[in-house]
Parts: sequence; structure tokens; C-alpha cells
Amino acid sequence: MTTPSPVPTVRSSQGDISVLTDRFTGSLNPDKRSGYSGWIIEKTHLPAFASALRNELGYDYLSSVTAVDYLPEGLLEVVYHAYKTIGGPGVVFKVQVPRTEEVEIPSLVSIYPGAELQEREAWDLFGIKFTGHPDLRRILMWEGFAGHPMRKDWHEPYYEEDAKPLKSRWPEGHPVMAESKNIYGNNIAYPDGFNPENQTFDPEKALYDALRQYSKDEIGLGTDRIIVNMGPQHPSTHGVFRIAVLLDGEKIINLKPVMGYLHRNHEKIGERNTFIMNMPYTDRLDYLSSMSNNFGYALAVEKLMNIKPPERAEYIRVIMAEMTRISNHLMAIGALLNDLGAYFTPMLYALEERELILDIFEAVAGSRMMCNYFRFGGVARDLPEGTLQKIKDLFFERLPRKIDEIDHFLSENEIIRARGIGQGVLTAENAIRYSAAGPLLRASGIPYDIRRAEPYSIYNRFEFDVAIRQNGDIYDRLMVRFEEIRQSIRIVQQAIKHIPDGPIMAMKPMYQVRVPPGESYGRVEGPKGELGFYIISNGKPNPWRYHVRAPSFINLTAFGPMCVGQKVADVVAVLGSIDIVLGEVDR
Amino acid sequence: MDSNELNVSGFAIPPDIQQQVAITSIDKIYNWGRSASVWPMMFGLACCAIEMICAAASRYDIARFGMEVMRPSPRQSDLMIVSGTVTKKMMPIIVRLYNQMPEPKYVLAMGACASGGGPFKEGYNVVSGVDKFVPVDVYIPGCPPTPQALLNGLMKIQEKIRGESIKNSRWYQKGADMVEIPIPLLGPDLIDPRNMTIIKNGEKA
Repeated sequence: MTTPSPVPTVRSSQGDISVLTDRFTGSLNPDKRSGYSGWIIEKTHLPAFASALRNELGYDYLSSVTAVDYLPEGLLEVVYHAYKTIGGPGVVFKVQVPRTEEVEIPSLVSIYPGAELQEREAWDLFGIKFTGHPDLRRILMWEGFAGHPMRKDWHEPYYEEDAKPLKSRWPEGHPVMAESKNIYGNNIAYPDGFNPENQTFDPEKALYDALRQYSKDEIGLGTDRIIVNMGPQHPSTHGVFRIAVLLDGEKIINLKPVMGYLHRNHEKIGERNTFIMNMPYTDRLDYLSSMSNNFGYALAVEKLMNIKPPERAEYIRVIMAEMTRISNHLMAIGALLNDLGAYFTPMLYALEERELILDIFEAVAGSRMMCNYFRFGGVARDLPEGTLQKIKDLFFERLPRKIDEIDHFLSENEIIRARGIGQGVLTAENAIRYSAAGPLLRASGIPYDIRRAEPYSIYNRFEFDVAIRQNGDIYDRLMVRFEEIRQSIRIVQQAIKHIPDGPIMAMKPMYQVRVPPGESYGRVEGPKGELGFYIISNGKPNPWRYHVRAPSFINLTAFGPMCVGQKVADVVAVLGSIDIVLGEVDR
Repeated sequence: MDSNELNVSGFAIPPDIQQQVAITSIDKIYNWGRSASVWPMMFGLACCAIEMICAAASRYDIARFGMEVMRPSPRQSDLMIVSGTVTKKMMPIIVRLYNQMPEPKYVLAMGACASGGGPFKEGYNVVSGVDKFVPVDVYIPGCPPTPQALLNGLMKIQEKIRGESIKNSRWYQKGADMVEIPIPLLGPDLIDPRNMTIIKNGEKA
């Protein structure tokens, strides 16, 4: 069941907001720094401004919340990106506060609940306290960790220099083991005068306290509520994800996702790297769909550099991104069925097709999973001989048939219907409130697809439908993925027919790109939802700020509310239907 | 392995029963059985876990080496495939899982991250290789290693198992107890209990 998405309303965001300038005279100003856009609002007026934005102007979807540490200027800034779910350009607004140890900014969770996990991340990594946040704990690091690591003056134990390439590695070419410089021979540093024997702090306490808030017995039966931990080593959590649930019998009273077990400091490393060095790191975000990640990052930097890839490169990009979507959804469907108890058999069917797509990736990019294929202004290399024919055979002959076959086996299956229909429901209203993205949002009946709502690359040339379903349950999410695979096949079929010959790079390949100062937010419709890259350049070879708006991470905001009231056995099914990848959740 | 390879005794076996009978040492037959039924732990950390799944699926099929029985419980597994970046937050759990595995047990560091930190080595939450805490038997290079590389690594484990002897192996000796690795703590940073004095003395050490 698909319906065409509504025509995006094209309105300049500038004209929109200016309605509010009178009301917030003096405290709402346009961001005048060169290369920047959007608005700067005084922190005391932030909640009033946000609720006016949401309720009066219709910016109902808070896509991204992140912080920036402007160390030289002595400022900490929180950046918000809001959009309308009916489509069109978004609005950027910022709050600036002087950079001190203790920084407080009003929380927006009561207006945009989708900010919950993102504000916790900003607290964890930047030390910005969001007043009024219902559950402000560390999220990626553990409680008790020393410092807020994303601040520019916080240095990791292996710190050498602010920016790469590191002088110690070049030009002499004698690599030095980082371990040899650390007295513990490991990636470890402690505050001065720390005595480990006095270490009595329990990093888990805050989590259990947050769960127990709800443990008051309303009925007065005096029954015990128990806390059950699932993960981080659990076969159904899709990686090192942990779920702490508060149970009344089998019923879930409260659920908290616990993450950070794969937090590998993507953003900190990314701010040391040069721009092009980050491309292979983006592969490792959502490691099931590396090409889409490349796409988002390339778009963000190209926006700053103001270049446009040539036609052939655009077509190759679209073909690769859609193939990625198919392989990701196949994996998601297989994994969901694993979680529903169809142990590994549907997965084998899905993996068979995925391998064929990976073969093409290997031929094109040289690697099965970590493609590192996109460059600023094009792609790394042209399609090798015969690959186009291979893609043609796969997409016109085999895949449509195989998808129908998998669909036929699964979607009428009694167990899947029983465990999927009406379970883990996310209403349309809640999906928007919790900033859910991708199949999770569309299964709830919101036809929001960035390929349509704010077309990037050449997506406005292709005919495809935005897959949507109305009920927002596990079964609908499964069905949306099937439909998206079919639409992706349609797009690839059109792209193969029209792909032109020509160059694949807009300029000659460069080791060091020049990126003019400014900010940019590049977003694509990744397989898991809106994947955004927020980049700030100050004209140097390294990004000053490199933030990833990770769809799997933000989709987890809705995970708790979706599970409350369900039975504990449904938790894995709900999680499987969200389709998370831990590389992206924890970054 | 056919019966000719298994035959190590030097006794002449009549040709007509050579296919059915072999005289061999207990080490050899025991290790043969063990190496062909290694049960890996179903334990994925990051990207490499996806290639591990692919290696278990139909195309690469680790069942050919008798390793398809993935156990989610450490109590039932012989081999821990550390498939991905080891973070400080995860390290106490990995050590606990390792301690829970019964002897004889093996550890395979899959990919650059598990072997030495890989591309994320400089990160503040990344442990520079799982061998800082847990003894590793086989390292597989690659980011991520292809399923073929994983298969090669698993065959190296088999080779290692076949080279062992009941006589010398620590876990068959009288009174040999399983050596538990002290579980790291999470403080202001990761605390290795084996380094308590060094940490206490800090820079003075």
C-alpha cells in the first residue's frame, strides 16, 4: 500500500521565522557569521521560541540536537535542526552560552520529546546541563567517567596533536607505538592523585534509580517489581546493546536503553582527521550500509565546498545508495525474523541475495562492507567493465522475483502476523514527537521521505512511491521494508537505463580538499532513516565540528514508550523492528 | 582425516582392513575430535560480527569445519571470537565472559580493532587490543576480515588444537585451576586490578 507523498511546500525559512522576530525582539537574531545560517535565540526564551516554532509555524519534527565547543571564542553552542513533516526546508536555531565548567540550558524534551537522548549525549560529551530534562544521565560513557570528552580542551590519553597528519609520523616515517608513551602501556589516564583503592562508586546506580522511579505500586497489591537486564551480550540485541526493564510479572513498567558499549569516539577522532580521512570512518557508522553513510558525508562537505558531482557520478551514487538500502533491509528482515523465533532460516534467504549485492560492491569499491567509495565531487573510480550488466541482470531478473518469494513465505505466516500485528504500536503523533525516522516513521503513516521532502542529488528525476503503512506496529514495519526494497529496485532500474557516460569527478582528485569556513548539514534518507552530518569548518584542513545525526540512535528514543505495557518477550521483536546498528547508535 | 593419516603406531595393518582400522595415540584422536567440533560463542561486537554471520551462512559455511554450533552462553563454548572494537565500557563484560568459559578455551581476535585498536585506537573509550586483558590465540588482520580470512583463522585454531597434548596442557594437570582474570573496574577511566600499585603511584612510577 503506497501513496504518493505530498508536494513539498517551498517556502524560505527566513520569511517564516521573521513572524516571530517581533515577539522576541532583541533576543532572536539571525546568525550573521559568514558561512552560517539560521537564528540565535537567548537561552531564557528558548522554550517559548521552540513551542511557537512547533505549534504556530508547524516545525513539528526536531531532527537534530547537538553542541559545538567554540574554544577560541569562549562559547558553547547548542544547535537545533527542525523540519516540517509535510516537507520543505528546515530551520536552524542556536543557543549560545559562555564556556564555563557548569553550563545550563533549558531542556526541550517537554516540547520535542525526540530531544531526550540527544540532550543526554550533549550532557555526556560536552557537559551541558539541560534543566528540566527528566533523566539527565551519561549515555555513551559511564557514570563517573572523568570529564566531558568532546570539549576541545579535553585530551584523550593517546593525545599527540590537535590535528592530523601527525608530525610524529611524518616525514621521518618512523611510527611510534602510542602505548610506549603511556605509563600504563594502555589507552588510560587518571586524574591527579587518584587512588583506585578508594573507588567505591557504582556506575550502575543511576540507571537503576531512574528505572525505579516508576516502581510505586498504584494498585496497592504490594507485589515486587523486578529489574531484568538484557545484554550487552545477548543474541537478540543486534550487537552490544543493553536493555534494562522494570517488570511487573511479565508486563513492562519501564524500559531504559543502555548504550555506549561500542562508543568508539567517532566524532572526536573525526575532528582530528582531515576531511577526506573521515570518509572511511563513515563506513563504520552503520556498517550494514556504508555507501549511504558516504553519501551523507559527501553531501555535507560538497555543500560547504559548493561543488556538484558530474552526471555519471550522480547516477552511480544513486544506484549504490539504493543497493545499500536493499541489502540493509534484507538484513533487517532476516534479523527481525530471527528475533521472532524463525531461527536463521529467513536470514539465510536474505543473506543469499545480500551476498550478490556485496559482490557488486566488491567489484566497484574493492571491499565488501567498508566501501569508502564516495569522494567530494564524485566517486573514487568508475564502474569496472561488465558491472553494469551484472547489476542489470540482478535488478531486472533475479531480485524482484526473490523479494516476492521472501515476501510470499513471510508476510502471510501465522506466527509473524500474531506477533506483529498490533504489537509495539507507535502512533503517527508519537512517531513525530519522538523524532522517529525512516521505516519507523513511515510505518506509522507519515509519508516523510527526504528523497521526496527535500530531494538531494538527482532523486527528483526518478519515479518512485514513498512506502507507507498506517498502523505503526511490528508487522507494518516489516511490510514497509518490503515495499521500500521494491521501490529501490524501481529506482535502480530507471537509473541503469539512463546512466550517461562521462567523468566521475568534478575536479581532479585531491588528497587535501579546501573547505571554506562555515557550517553545513547534509542529510540523506539512509536505510534506517534520516542520516545527517553537521559539519563546521574554520578553513583549516580538519573539521572544527563533525557531528552525526544517527537514525538508529534517535529512533531508540521511541523504544521505551513503544514497549511499556507489552510483555517482556515482545521487547526483542520491537527492537528488531526498529532495526538498529550499534556502530551508529554508539558511534 | 582418513584412517591412513590417523595411523601413527607403525604397526602393519593388513591391507584389506586398512580403511576400517587405525592404531593411533589418544592425543591424536582426541585432538582430532576436539578440533572438528569447536563451538564458538555467539558474541558479536561490531562490524566484524556481520562478516562472522556471513561466514556462518550458506556461502562460506563454517559448518564444513564443524564450527557451526554457535552458543549464546559462554558456559557451553570453546572459542571466543572477539569480532570488533573493544571499548572500555565493554571490557569488564568481555573479561567476565572469558572467565565463564570452561577450559580448554581459545580466543580469536578478529580484525584490526580487536587485535590492536585498529582505526579507532586513539579514541578515549577504546582498548588497544583485547590482548591487553585476555590471552589471544590467533589474530586475523583486516578491517573487516573477509569471511575467507575468518575461515583461515579458524583453521589456525584447529592447527593449534591438533598440536596440543594431554600430557602437557595446563588444564589436564592435577590441581590445575582455571586462572580467572581479574575483572576491570570502571572509574574515572578503566582500572585494571593487576595494575593497582602503578595506578596508585601515578606518574611517580
